[in-house]
Formats: sequence, C-alpha cells, structure tokens
Amino acid sequence: MAKVFERTNGLTDKPFHYCPGCTHGVIHRLVAEVLEELDVLGETIGVAPVGCSVFAYDYFNCDMHEAAHGRAPAVATGIKRVHPDKVVFTYQGDGDLASIGAAEIIHAAARGEKITTIFVNNAIYGMTGGQMAPTTLEGQKATTSPYGRDVSHAGMPMRVSEMLATLDGAKFVERVSVHNAAAVRKTKKAIKKAFELQLSGEGFGIVEVLSTCPTNWGLTPVESLKWLEENMIPYYPLGNICTPEEVK
Amino acid sequence: MQERVIMAGFGGQGVMSMGQLLTYAGMIENKNVSWLPSYGPEMRGGTANCNVMVSDNLIGSPIVTEATAAIVMNRPSLDKFEDDIEANGNLLINSSLIDRKANRDDVNVYYIPANEIAVELGNAKAANMVMLGAYLELTKAVGVESIIEAFKKVFGESKAHLIPLNKNALEKGAEAVK
Amino acid sequence: MAKVLMKGNEAIGAAAIKAGCNYFFGYPITPQNELPEYMARELPNIGGIFLQAESEVAAINMVYGAAGAGARVMTSSSSPGIALKQEGISYIAGAELPCVIVNIVRGGPGLGGIQPAQSDYYQSTRGGGNGDYRHVVYAPATIQETVDLVMESFDVAEQYRMPVMVVGDGMIGQMMEPIEFKEPKKRPLEPKTWATDGTKGKRKPNIINSLFIDPQELEDHVLKLERKYDEIKEKEVRYENYNVEDADVVVVAYGTTSRIAKNAIAKCEEEGMKVGLIRPITLWPFPDKAFDEITDKTKGVLTVEMSTGQMIDDVKIALNGRKPVHFYGRTGGMVPTPDAIVDEIKKIAGGVK
Repeated sequence: MAKVFERTNGLTDKPFHYCPGCTHGVIHRLVAEVLEELDVLGETIGVAPVGCSVFAYDYFNCDMHEAAHGRAPAVATGIKRVHPDKVVFTYQGDGDLASIGAAEIIHAAARGEKITTIFVNNAIYGMTGGQMAPTTLEGQKATTSPYGRDVSHAGMPMRVSEMLATLDGAKFVERVSVHNAAAVRKTKKAIKKAFELQLSGEGFGIVEVLSTCPTNWGLTPVESLKWLEENMIPYYPLGNICTPEEVK
Repeated sequence: MQERVIMAGFGGQGVMSMGQLLTYAGMIENKNVSWLPSYGPEMRGGTANCNVMVSDNLIGSPIVTEATAAIVMNRPSLDKFEDDIEANGNLLINSSLIDRKANRDDVNVYYIPANEIAVELGNAKAANMVMLGAYLELTKAVGVESIIEAFKKVFGESKAHLIPLNKNALEKGAEAVK
Repeated sequence: MAKVLMKGNEAIGAAAIKAGCNYFFGYPITPQNELPEYMARELPNIGGIFLQAESEVAAINMVYGAAGAGARVMTSSSSPGIALKQEGISYIAGAELPCVIVNIVRGGPGLGGIQPAQSDYYQSTRGGGNGDYRHVVYAPATIQETVDLVMESFDVAEQYRMPVMVVGDGMIGQMMEPIEFKEPKKRPLEPKTWATDGTKGKRKPNIINSLFIDPQELEDHVLKLERKYDEIKEKEVRYENYNVEDADVVVVAYGTTSRIAKNAIAKCEEEGMKVGLIRPITLWPFPDKAFDEITDKTKGVLTVEMSTGQMIDDVKIALNGRKPVHFYGRTGGMVPTPDAIVDEIKKIAGGVK
C-alpha cells in the first residue's frame, strides 16, 4: 500500500500541548517539513518565544534556544553572529513580537540579520488568557478590552509586516494564513522561500502567518477559521509584501 | 619621592596630554604612576583636569587631595585648585591667561607666560609643554628625555615632526623658572 | 612582557580579547564608552564581532544567544544600563551559560549622575533580576587587578557555567595605570557539548532553556544551581587583609574606595594608631572568613563605601554581632577624602559609639 502520510523528522515525538483547533500545530509542522526538505535540520538553531509556543523548543527536532519575552530576534542575532553558516530562525507570536519585542524585531530587520522569523498572528495573547494584543482588531473583545477594542483609547491594530517591509534590511516579507488547505499550501511555500533566502545570505526574512485562537476567541475551531477569513484577512491582507528583485 | 600633581585648564590646552606624558615618562622610569581625568560634560568645552601620581612607592588613592604641585592653565583652574596644594608645594600659573596673583603665601608660586613663550617658539599649542618643562625643572619628577620618549609612544610616528618644537618648549619652560 | 599604560575601559577590552573573547554586544552609556569603542575598533581585526545593539535589553539577549551558541562573549554598561540587563542576566544564570558583564558604576537612583559610585552593590550581589540565582562579582581596585580579573572571569564563567560580573566605578574606567597581561591560572574547562551549534544529525538537539513548568523540576534545577554556588563560596572567595590581627580599628572597603582607605590608614599609622583593612575582591561570594582574623583587641569595624551603605549588610552578617559596625560613605558621585575617613577611624578608636 502506498504511503500517503508520514510524520516529519523535523518534529520530535513530544505531543503538542496546544488547545484543540489551535493552528500552531499546523504551522510547526510546516516549518519542520521545510527544514527537513531543505536538509538543514542538523544545521539549524531555532529560538522559541514566550507565549503559547513557549515549548516550541521541545517540538522542533533541532538545536533550540528559549528566549525571554520579545527577545527572540536579539537571541537569534547573537547565535547567527557566532554561527553565520547555520540556519537560525525565531518562532514568535503577536504579543511577543509586536508588543514587548517590537524594538528587537525592528532592529533585527533593520540590520538585515540573516535570520528567518515565523510570526504567528492570532490577534490576541493566548498563553496569559486572552488579553488584547497590538494586533487585536477594532471592536474585538479580549479580557483587557472587554467592551471591544476602542481604537480611540488603544489605537488601531498594528500591521507589522507592512511596517517591517519599509526597512531596507528586510528582504522577504510575506503574509499568509492557515484558514484552509490552499492557504496552508501557500504558507509552506512562503516559509520555504524565506529559509532559502537565508541560505543564500539575502538578509532578514519574515513570514506572518494569520492564525486562530478558538479558546480565547470563544469560538469553535471551524468558526475560528471562518472568523479569521472574514475579519482578519480584510485588515491584514495576504500576499507578498517584499521579495528580493532577483527571485521575483 | 611621591609627586601628586593637579593639571587643569580648558579643553584644547593639552592638559590631559601633559598629564599622560608625565605618567608615561614615570612608567618608563619604572616608577609607580596613575593618571585620573575628570570626565563627563565638563570636558566638552569646559574645564578639564587630571590628577597624576608619580611615586617610588605603591600608589594608594589615585585622587590627588594634597597636591605637591598644581599646574593651572586658566583662571577658573586657579580658583578651583589653589587650595588643594599642600604647604610648600608648587603652584605653576600660566600668567599669559591668568590675570590674578596667587592668594596663598605658604606655597611656591611661579608665574610663567606659557602662551607668549609658545608663540615665540612658533606654536601656541605648545604652552602645555612650556608649563611641563617648568614643572620638571622644579621637581625633577622624571627626566626630560623620558618625556620625549613618552611623546614618541603616545603620539607615534605621525607626530614625530613635533618633537623638536616640544623639546624647545620644555627647555624654555625650564629656563622660565631657573 | 613590557608594561603598557592604558585607560581602564580600554584595558578591560584588551584583557577580554587576550582571554579569547571574540564577541561583544553593547550599547553606549557614560562612563564606559571607551570599552565598546575599543571593541568596535579591535574585534574586527581578529575576526571577531562587535555589534551595537538597539538597547541594553537587546545587548544582553544577544549575549544570551551567543553564549548559548558556545562563544566567549562579553557586554558592558553602567548602572542604569545594567538595570536593564537584569532580565537577560537572570535568564543566562537560569540557563547556566557563561558570559562576562562589566559594570562601570555611576551614581543613582534613576538616571543619577555619571561620576564614580558604588551604589550598585545590592544590584550586583543580590540578583538584580528575578529568581534564586547568584553570580560571581569581582571588584578590582587597580587597573592591573581589573585586567587580571577580566581575563580570569571568562574561565570562571565557563568553569561554573554562569555569568560573571566585574564591577568598577567611573575611576576604574577612566584612569590610566601601567599594566601587563598575565595568563590566568589554568582551570578545568570542559568542552561545550551543550552549545547550540547544530546537531549535524549526530546527537540529540541541545536546548538552552530556563523554563521548568513543573515545580518539582524547577526546585531540582534551583537546588542544582545552589550546590554550584556552595562550591564557589568554598573555592572562589578573594580578599586582601592588611594588618587586621592587631588593629584597633578595621576598615572594610572595596574597589577604588579601598585605595582611599589605604591613604587614610597610612595617615593613622603615622600618628601611631593601628588600623587594619579588609578589602573584598569578590563581592559575591563575600569573604566572610576574612573577618575571622579580627581579634578581641579591635574596638570596631568601619565600612567605607561610595553609597549610603550597602556592603555594610554583608559586613554585619560576616561579623554576626561580634563587633560594632560603623559606616562612612559619600554618594551620588562624591568621593570620600582620606581625612574624612581618618576622622571616623579616630572616633571609633577613641571609643565613640
């Protein structure tokens, strides 16, 4: 019988701790598959964030470094500068990257650090229990925006990818999603391209992956995917924001 | 022998370099030395000063509290440091720029028109070396040849052409207090 | 090797490079700027990396990454900047990584001033960051000692897999003294098999981490750290004692303050008094046993600091009530004079409580 599915060697055997319907698992797998397909697992050092994916260091089957909240790009910078020939990536959520770690991601991009950032944006703080993030949509309810995000008070949500793309050091910026199978396939392509560009020494690359949080959104997994598509994509449009000229 | 020297003036008068040369020369002569600068915003355009110790014995505090000598290049420096000299210590005043006499009568005061002397030598910037020459003549803290040796080490080949000028300045300074 | 005359901050950089430090991550702050400037000049010449980070927070986290990746790495700052670095220091201690951190202390709190101070004693020795951790803190008094300790710090950091801090004040950073570079004593250093340098498919992944979500696991981890700290207390304490045994008064001072205290002691000796000095070289571990040499003859102990009194807590712990402990200090960038210290010594010698 033909084998149609097998586990990737890019992940360890450790069972994920993620909530039912959470899309972190899918995104982990995409990153792991790409690292395996590029045959760089033995040459890769990943940096895990603080947030729901804090235990990513137990899941990826490569050397891993757990960072303080928001500091993954700085930690990755330290690693990449010591091992310029290795593949270094950060895996960060939106609270980690867009809020407390805003300075670190901006300056890693500005310096053109030759690292790859997987930025999982689900418009909320997951691990701490559903608080408002810089990416929480206008009117979206969170535990610290119980009446919905009031933009006159909290400002408008941040479009991080567009902002980073203004920096010359950011060579590859693409926003993707995992709300359906076609989107997942596109996400894998983007992740692969980002790592390939790191391997060719282009500069900083980031893939923003729109993701769900059924638990904190108070929706079923299926409703969550629909909510992402109907609410997040209009504000966070999908597509490539920048790519080096020669590979366009 | 323990020389505890305060050197002070405004930025650009070469106060810090004068101190470094004395310190370096002391090191060349195997003496114990330290050089402690004032630092921070006051350096930038304001007054600059450094404390230099040259000693046969181990140096305790690098901070000069009872100076054996003070070399003051401008009026604010005289006002600030005149009282820090120990009795019978030496006070060297750059009389080209300082229009008052010393208040102390328990220290040896020398008035040296350092800027005029330096201008006569062809470079007003050598005023610091004139003062240093006078100081060395009075104290014999280190040999003049060690200062020249230190000059080569501190400023390198690119400034070697200035050595004759600086030698002259040291000599003229010495003559001024003979 | 011939002596060279170097400014403290630059001498620290030179010593680090001699000790094999190839990576430096920093951020500008007075009065330590000559150190990162020196590294920016010199590291590229030897194939090393100097990187000016966007903040002290980023700098220490770059150190965290580089240390985990197996490098000899260093950062430096001054008091408010070290406050910002405490997050990373706690993580580095928790993840058991070696690195060297230099603090050229200035007055505080807050933005404070830029003149020399010793008001970061608590911050250095009590763990400015969160959690049950310690790190070695060296407090050199001369530029030569600074150079020696910086060179040794890298080995100590690697032997015990922990951050090591070298604390100087603005004077140490700014002054020039003759130095020579001497090889530190050889220490048993293990290969860094824990470093994140890629599995190459030949071993299990290395994970650099300080998260232990199971309380039992965390307690085990912290107790393991504690055993390491006990070993350091046993083996790495350093201090200088001078005439402590027959002293009427014993002065306790570290860093540049100890040099001012020595001048004061010399003045007292000229007047026929017997005054001793205990100079802690390691602030942590604190040299408790140095105080065992104090005899019944001693009337009292005088702690002198450029702060309102922080080390005095450790002096009291070390003495455990055996002697009255007095304090004299200046703070905010003001420096004690030898005469002021002499006056305090006389008060104690004369029996004034």
